Amino acid sequence: MSEQRDIRIEVPVLARVEGEGALELDIEQGEIRNLKLRIFEPPRFFEKFVETHTCDDVIDMVARICGICPVAYQMSAAQAFERLFEIDPGQWVRDMRRVMYCGEWLQSHALHIHLLAAPDFLGFGNAIEMAGQYPDEVRRGLMLQTLGNDLIAMFGARSVHPVGLRVGGFYHAPSLDDVSTMRERLEAALPEVEALIAWAASLNMPDDHQQFVSAGLRHPEEYGIYSGNMYSDSGLDIDVSQWDEHIREIHIPHSTALHAELNGKPYLVGPLARLNINLDRLPPQTAALLEKTGIRFPSHNMFHSLLARAVEIHMVVVQACQLLEDYGVPDRPWVDWQPKPGVAYGASEAPRGTLWHRYEVDGKGHVSSARIVPPTSQNQGRIEEDIALSLQSFGLDKDEDALRLHAEKVIRNYDPCISCATHFLQLKMRRS
Amino acid sequence: MSDKPKIAVHKFSSCDGCQLAFLNLGETLLELPKLVEIVHFAEAGPMDEDQPVDVSLVEGSINTAHDLERIQRIRKNSGYLISIGACATSGGLQALRNMADAKAWASAIYASPEHLDSLDTATAIADHVKVDLALWGCPVNSRQVLGALRDLLFGVAPREERRPLCMECKRMGKVCTLVTQKAACMGPVTKAGCGALCPSVGRACYACYGPSELVNDSSLGRCFEGFGLLPEDVARRFHFISNGAPVFRQAGERFRGGA
Repeated sequence: MSEQRDIRIEVPVLARVEGEGALELDIEQGEIRNLKLRIFEPPRFFEKFVETHTCDDVIDMVARICGICPVAYQMSAAQAFERLFEIDPGQWVRDMRRVMYCGEWLQSHALHIHLLAAPDFLGFGNAIEMAGQYPDEVRRGLMLQTLGNDLIAMFGARSVHPVGLRVGGFYHAPSLDDVSTMRERLEAALPEVEALIAWAASLNMPDDHQQFVSAGLRHPEEYGIYSGNMYSDSGLDIDVSQWDEHIREIHIPHSTALHAELNGKPYLVGPLARLNINLDRLPPQTAALLEKTGIRFPSHNMFHSLLARAVEIHMVVVQACQLLEDYGVPDRPWVDWQPKPGVAYGASEAPRGTLWHRYEVDGKGHVSSARIVPPTSQNQGRIEEDIALSLQSFGLDKDEDALRLHAEKVIRNYDPCISCATHFLQLKMRRS
Repeated sequence: MSDKPKIAVHKFSSCDGCQLAFLNLGETLLELPKLVEIVHFAEAGPMDEDQPVDVSLVEGSINTAHDLERIQRIRKNSGYLISIGACATSGGLQALRNMADAKAWASAIYASPEHLDSLDTATAIADHVKVDLALWGCPVNSRQVLGALRDLLFGVAPREERRPLCMECKRMGKVCTLVTQKAACMGPVTKAGCGALCPSVGRACYACYGPSELVNDSSLGRCFEGFGLLPEDVARRFHFISNGAPVFRQAGERFRGGA
């Protein structure tokens, strides 16, 4: 009997994910006996060595945790400090930070859809191979990724570890010319993004519905990007300073990343979760495009993550166009501030999900202790749960290569950022 | 069989940001396979870590016993080895742990530190194997990486940048932050190559491209003290992204020690 065989599947290094992770899977007598998403990047002790540095230094340091989402790290940190110091950088700074953040979502989602995930669904090993048969789709993806990178660089001078953000605002305001050229490019991209949504909806996705909790930031007026309450479809709605009362991190021996649980259970953050809880915050034109796909949201099919990313790409392009519409150069793009001792909390939505920071700051404005909870450690429990459920519905009697590829597809759905996930083990030290 | 030169991109402990010098190329990324065959680049898809290649580009610092073994293997399989970025060239920001008591950290952090595959230090690739070319930057940019590959394809030796950022900044006509704002700008001791990004947004350079040649760190540090920085603030300017570069490490230690 085929389902009686014993299989051991090992994927020693997962391709097309950020950072290094591996999968171990044992199937015995037709049942999963052992399933581990192993994350083995060594911890880099970031939270330890930001200690004694100034808040402005910390903004540049935490960016180095992740080359794919440095803006997210800078935004969560800057907001944490500003909240503690009771600084209001004003509407211009708030709007422009949202625009810069839109750039990061755009580049990261376009990279993930086209270079990391789509080859799975179209039967290619990588995007360069895929470009042979799907040249227009791959080019569109690369164009959008470049547009996102250029949008970040308009504020930060470069897209990886940008140098534009400071506590209280920005170091520099883009010129009117740069903004007007950027707006034209964003508007010209809209038809391409509309086509992207239709294409993402047309990909042949497994029908794999699962029960899970969707969580992320929710804001009273806008789609949760830059700020909001931590919210879930299971009833959570808290200020980010109350995080520890509901979300607990646990150490799993097979991983150098921590797993997080919401009220004792795994939960999902990231594009699908975010779209599920922010549907009523989509711009009308984005909502109409989603409606036209015929795919209903909220969705509990994890394979709809790719479509959720495409929808979010449209949302951020629309948002950035709107926010740049009446752009003016301010006299000075930052406000002055005085440090205050205390505990600083900040959270924002990285492309992969909620990114939460907590800092203790002394009277001179130096950080004395830090804790960071990145999206991938929040998703890790959910990923393992998903692989098990998804493989069962896929059929454990399938051949080994098919099972391995399916498991990898499931993992890549989450766009796991292992670089982010692994630098936090000293958290455990503080607790024990 | 392809007769194109083979390249590999390897990753050690890092943020993955330097690999983006390739993945952020836009349409140029599709041109690259016409010139070279990419045999290993896990984040992009191709996986064949042990195939001999003409050029290896290595990102990240050496942090584990497994890393030690792997970098030897990569060196053996590579005709020409390029370290890309601050982590690979000087250990990166995480080399700050080298100055702390790493053993004490590890045993405070882990219930069973003996099972942990983590060395006490985060070190540069060149501390372990011969590196043919070091490209500095946190992150390196596409121009640096493609420039080096292009030189190698033409059969010429790529030239390492040694000049200080001030040269590049002046040529670009940027306003000097050190002179006009009395900002603690690291431009005079930092390698050129980024495009004077920080001065272009009106802020001081924080030395993410590593030390230039002929670093006069004492004089610059004293100048910063003249702006009102305490010796430990001066030390932190050197002990930042490129803290593992010996000249910056020593400069920082001197100021921290009250020199």
